[in-house]
Amino acid sequence: MPAGIALREYTSVTEVSGPLMVVEGVEGVGYGELVEIETPDGEKRRGQVLEAHLGKAVVQVFEGTRGIDTSSTKVRFTGETVKLGVSMDMLGRIFDGTGKPIDKGPEIIPEDELDIHGYPINPASRQFPRDFIQTGISTIDGMNTLVRGQKLPIFSGSGLPHNELAAQIARQARVLGEEEEFAVVFGAMGITYEEASFFMKDFERTGALEKVTAFLNLADDPAIERILTPRMALTAAEYFAYEQDMHVLVILTDMTNYCESLREIAAARGEVPGRRGYPGYMYTDLATIYERAGRVSGAKGSITQMPILTMPDDDITHPIPDLTGYITEGQIVLSRELFRKGIYPPVDVLPSLSRLMKGGIGEGRTREDHANVSDQLYSAYAEGRDLRDLVAVVGEEALTDKDKKYLEFADRFEREFVTQGRDEDRDIERTLEIGWDLLSLLPERELKRIKDEYIKKYHPKYRG
Amino acid sequence: MGRIIKVSGPVVVAEGMRGSMMYEVVRVGEERLMGEIIELEGDRATIQVYEETAGVKPGERVEGTGAQLSVELGPGILKQMYDGVQRPLEVIRSETGVFIKRGVDVPSLDRSKKWSFTPLVKKGEEVEAGDFIGEVPETELINHRVMVPPGVRGEIVEIADAGEYTVEDTIAVVKTPEGERELKLMHRWPVRAARPFREKLPPQEPLLSGQRIIDTFFPVAKGGTASIPGPFGAGKTVMGHQLAKWCDADVFIYIGCGERGNEMTEVLEEFPHLEDPKTGKPLMERTVLIANTSNMPVAARDASVYTGITLGEYYRDMGYSVALMADSTSRWAEAMREISGRLEEMPGEEGYPAYLASRLANFYERAGKVVTLGRDSRIGSLTVVGAVSPPGGDFSEPVTQNTLRITKVFWALDASLADRRHFPAINWLRSYSLYLDDISRWWEEEIGRGWLELRNRAMALLQKEAELQEIVQLVGPDALPEKERVVLEGARIIREDFLQQNAFHDVDTYCSARKQYLMLKVMLEFYELASDAVANGARAKDIAELEVRDDIARLKYVPEQEFEKAVEEVRKKMKTQINALLASQEVS
Repeated sequence: MPAGIALREYTSVTEVSGPLMVVEGVEGVGYGELVEIETPDGEKRRGQVLEAHLGKAVVQVFEGTRGIDTSSTKVRFTGETVKLGVSMDMLGRIFDGTGKPIDKGPEIIPEDELDIHGYPINPASRQFPRDFIQTGISTIDGMNTLVRGQKLPIFSGSGLPHNELAAQIARQARVLGEEEEFAVVFGAMGITYEEASFFMKDFERTGALEKVTAFLNLADDPAIERILTPRMALTAAEYFAYEQDMHVLVILTDMTNYCESLREIAAARGEVPGRRGYPGYMYTDLATIYERAGRVSGAKGSITQMPILTMPDDDITHPIPDLTGYITEGQIVLSRELFRKGIYPPVDVLPSLSRLMKGGIGEGRTREDHANVSDQLYSAYAEGRDLRDLVAVVGEEALTDKDKKYLEFADRFEREFVTQGRDEDRDIERTLEIGWDLLSLLPERELKRIKDEYIKKYHPKYRG
Repeated sequence: MGRIIKVSGPVVVAEGMRGSMMYEVVRVGEERLMGEIIELEGDRATIQVYEETAGVKPGERVEGTGAQLSVELGPGILKQMYDGVQRPLEVIRSETGVFIKRGVDVPSLDRSKKWSFTPLVKKGEEVEAGDFIGEVPETELINHRVMVPPGVRGEIVEIADAGEYTVEDTIAVVKTPEGERELKLMHRWPVRAARPFREKLPPQEPLLSGQRIIDTFFPVAKGGTASIPGPFGAGKTVMGHQLAKWCDADVFIYIGCGERGNEMTEVLEEFPHLEDPKTGKPLMERTVLIANTSNMPVAARDASVYTGITLGEYYRDMGYSVALMADSTSRWAEAMREISGRLEEMPGEEGYPAYLASRLANFYERAGKVVTLGRDSRIGSLTVVGAVSPPGGDFSEPVTQNTLRITKVFWALDASLADRRHFPAINWLRSYSLYLDDISRWWEEEIGRGWLELRNRAMALLQKEAELQEIVQLVGPDALPEKERVVLEGARIIREDFLQQNAFHDVDTYCSARKQYLMLKVMLEFYELASDAVANGARAKDIAELEVRDDIARLKYVPEQEFEKAVEEVRKKMKTQINALLASQEVS
């Protein structure tokens, strides 16, 4: 069907409900098609076809349905899916959640128009991520290593310093021994103006702004628009990574708000709800966002994703963190308990995980003893934490000397290894050194997870 | 020929479809997207579409193909990575580049590749379904047996000479009661129908995985079923990869159903460089990957598990032992839920359709050890392992519960074990295997006497430890008498030095059955000696600090060739050291 015919205008809105409207008497409307809407007072909005029937279409309106009537509202079906015009000029610019510039700069003259839903990466053309990214944060570099092309979310809670941590990572992240083109794409969904400006100021302060492309959907922007925002961000990122050979770090915050919007639409459509009212397809929907991270053969660039989500009531089994954890390659979990103790960054390493760590560390990447040291730190800290619970019941007197050592280890681990300054950029050598210093608190034969040769080489006792 | 009247995500409704059949494959819209009929009502058909439906319009055509969703069976399946509907992803890549675009129509088996065929029958011979008519060396590991397809019997009137043939060349003609039938290297089979066999046999041989907690504690039999539920981060994926790497099946089928793309890539990059411990050949030579990653169309997840299991049955029919890992069946169940929701069916528990239990049961029931078709009464097996991803790690949810009712082995992954880096994070108190009695004969005969008793004693020790730990949590370790402290020490050895296994350690990643047996044996001997010593006045604390404890802990890292010697040394050492401890006690 020629495109001209598909461009048709109707005034036959018959039903408006929540973020949805029904248009009748339409012809040749495709599923997922972009819709332009003009309200009676001339305001232009955009929407997308959620259901296409013969002679009827259900449309979700991104900017909300306020002011839409059932007599004179004009609806135009464009025959195209939602697209984003991309260009290198997008670097250093700020857009709203639907991709319109809001920084008073000129319109972008697109070099290409890309479907924001993208296409699934063929698993046969992926390259397994192996390049170590040094974030300068010990709990990440040392124990939950981030690699290029990974999707590693931050699971946080309301009031925890996840934004500071994300900004610090964006500022410090680099691949050792390489000077390559990098960019940061920042997608904000439903965060407050203050939070957004925190990031913008931080980018500005560090001179990173010219390498940043931001898509901001703030708390007072239409909720349904949030469905588009991460896809806009990732479409820009894919352009930078796969067509311009840049290494892109995508920060998406806050995924919880995104999921709320998803639930709102599902409820408006009267769908059968899954857990806690979230739609049954939320896993699939989140996957279409998270799986857009990676490295592919034939392109130099990469997309590394760091989504941030606040766990409602700090509950990691809530559907949003739960489904995210099943898709992403690990998670960095922030802990309220550590935060209350005044520890920054309050990363609880025990439930944290980086699934791609093993491919990104070791000889030639970080250091030969890295995996062993990390394992040993984990198990020693876990042991110390268990003992804390025991001490709470039976008192410290009941402990053996060895147990007391573990308790001391856990305390110092939190104070010396986890804790670091907001501008402190620790290199991997320094992180491992702190790790070894702490491990030397324990009797040497307790270091069962470390090869003897590494003990001889790196243990402070032998280092002299 | 019908016409679309509604498009909603992966579900399309078309009218004018009278004459179509249930599960018929149809081509949807101008782009001829592949779909399958899942509901028929009058002349209306509901279709699940295996590709992204954005842009599909009501009014566009729907074309029936007259065939059900089928796979192509023939040489060339091994070493491939397919999508959910058996399209080779490498070929798709050469057609559409880095991303998977729509409407790609590529054959599952390479049409131009020539295979070296050797006939095994002569002209004039009577053959029936399942008989070998020839063979093709498919990979370095697997000899592909070309079989008479199910439903065909008669006299061979023509058979090709040894030589090179493509999958579409006719290699034999059989005179059947219904007329002459040309046989090729390849035939098709509808995925939703189980391939026939003659008889099911009770599984009696273990599928060895080289993983101690599985083989020794919760074994699965060849032809059996197992499930591995666990929250994210508990190690499902690593466990799946370990099975794919080290289990002693002839053919391994790995279905990545709604999971991460990078995981499939990892297998694809790693397996060609890994050696099969039995043959020393690259593991990829026996592996088939089915990748329908989480961002690929949801309806194809349903197809992917059926595609995988049908390929499995095909190699089983050749007389091979096949193992299949479906990771994750929860994503498949969610796909059912999504489609069911779009069909506006009455939801069952947590929104899953009421037929969830029967679909799962049907799937797992296709596993088994069987006498195949064919006159040589050969035996093949298909073992099915299903990963389950319960929301929030809560095992009471419908997919886990319905799976547990069917599968006979339960490997319960436990987040708290994973948090403390106890891997594999399989909880030994919650897991079970119903194959223990069936396979104990194999262990006793092949590996060592008293295996089952050994295993049960270790299990009892762990159980006892759990009871004692409750007391310790209440009153502290000091309150325990010495003879119970030694139980804690014994259990600690089993837990840390036997159950924990490092998948990323060169030696520890694979542990032979013999090594497992010897390890457990010497550990329990140590425990016996220690208990006796405590009864004679030694303190559990001193026993825990004996130097030989370190030797025991290091046993898992001792390579197979040096192992018997190392065990003997440990055995000697522990006797000497415990005796010395007792002697010094008497002196003081």
